[in-house]
Amino acid sequence: MTAVDTKDRIYQVLDTIKDPEIDTVSVLDLGMVEQVEIDGQHVTIKMLPTFSGCPALNIIQGNIERAVKTVENVDSVEVQFIFNPPWTSDRITEKGKEGLKQFGIAPPPKYLEEDGSWHVNCPYCNSEYVTMENLFGPTACRSILYCKSCKNPFEAMKPISTLM
Amino acid sequence: MTQKYENPVVELLFQLADDDYLFSYRGSEWLGLAPHIEEDVAFSSITQDTMGHATVYYRLLEGLGLGVADTLAHMRPATERKNSILVERPNGEGVYMETPRYDWAYAVARSYIYTTAKKIKIDSLKSSSDQSLAEAAVKISMELYYHLLHWKTWFVQLFNSTEDARNRMTKALEKVIADCGDLFSYGDAATEITNASLIESEQVLLNRWTEYVKPVFETIKVAVPTFGKPERNGRNGEHTKELQDAINTMSEVYRTDLTAAW
Repeated sequence: MTAVDTKDRIYQVLDTIKDPEIDTVSVLDLGMVEQVEIDGQHVTIKMLPTFSGCPALNIIQGNIERAVKTVENVDSVEVQFIFNPPWTSDRITEKGKEGLKQFGIAPPPKYLEEDGSWHVNCPYCNSEYVTMENLFGPTACRSILYCKSCKNPFEAMKPISTLM
Repeated sequence: MTQKYENPVVELLFQLADDDYLFSYRGSEWLGLAPHIEEDVAFSSITQDTMGHATVYYRLLEGLGLGVADTLAHMRPATERKNSILVERPNGEGVYMETPRYDWAYAVARSYIYTTAKKIKIDSLKSSSDQSLAEAAVKISMELYYHLLHWKTWFVQLFNSTEDARNRMTKALEKVIADCGDLFSYGDAATEITNASLIESEQVLLNRWTEYVKPVFETIKVAVPTFGKPERNGRNGEHTKELQDAINTMSEVYRTDLTAAW
């Protein structure tokens, strides 16, 4: 296997590493993987943490190290969390947004209003007729909303941008 | 009195780390006691973010060879701590495990003042001469945005609410401001920290904070408070007795098995 094949294989493996709390999105879907470096049989993976206090980070790190080690030609794996570039919610891929919706979580909005407010549609019925119940939610990265059309409470990924 | 480190980055990182560690601890003591369930969710989320910020700083210290981040967080006695007095003060009378009679007005006033001061520091740290610290500041800033929105909302709404609420907020704010003498201080390391361009000077940040909070204080019709000279300076390891109690409680589980993987 060439280095290029190895890298492709590592990315395939990374796409199987799910967010421990949202099993419909992978760390690739979330835009958390910044760089994969191969030096002989040693692999260094640079990751961007979503929220700095997220308790899932250590679990993700362990899961990646175990999984990538099984790739042919890989002897050792090191996962590093870095802050540059900072993770922002626009790094979530289209596939990631679909995965979030499947889980009942609205993807983060693309745009912020001038006053900093934002708007998402209901992940169940796509209605725009929703209200913000709590900017903070069950995990650091989510808010709690309510859909007045289908009468479902739902969660949304908070927008995170360097403009904030 | 605590030791002063040769490297001004180390000195500043301990101040930032210990501030967020204690502020987060005091926040966590409110879990289950906040005025309503939505607030419980919000406050604990903010508390979790804040402990994340402390972790970022302790890890930078670990990278500088100061020891393992968890050990730096949990095992240093009060005499070695560099946090401001404001964050170590108890939430009110009573203790969490027995009959806490915590003061919500104090929680709101302290959180608002601390979070706005943190905002001013973080903005300055974005241009720090220390690249790692500058990158950490960009990260923290994005989370802080939500904390600021939250505490500003509570602060303004309680001040502009009933007479009883306003009286309680006024008393709470006075108590908070009396402890702010060392909030922007870098203690004995001030000259080294600012000469190294790690962050702007105490006076520059203090002036900027005054400008920053002015519109909010105008909406509650209160003059922007001024901070007096600190009675004790936490940056130099001068603390109240309550700090060691807080560290003991916070580190209790960690100390039960120092070799466990958490």
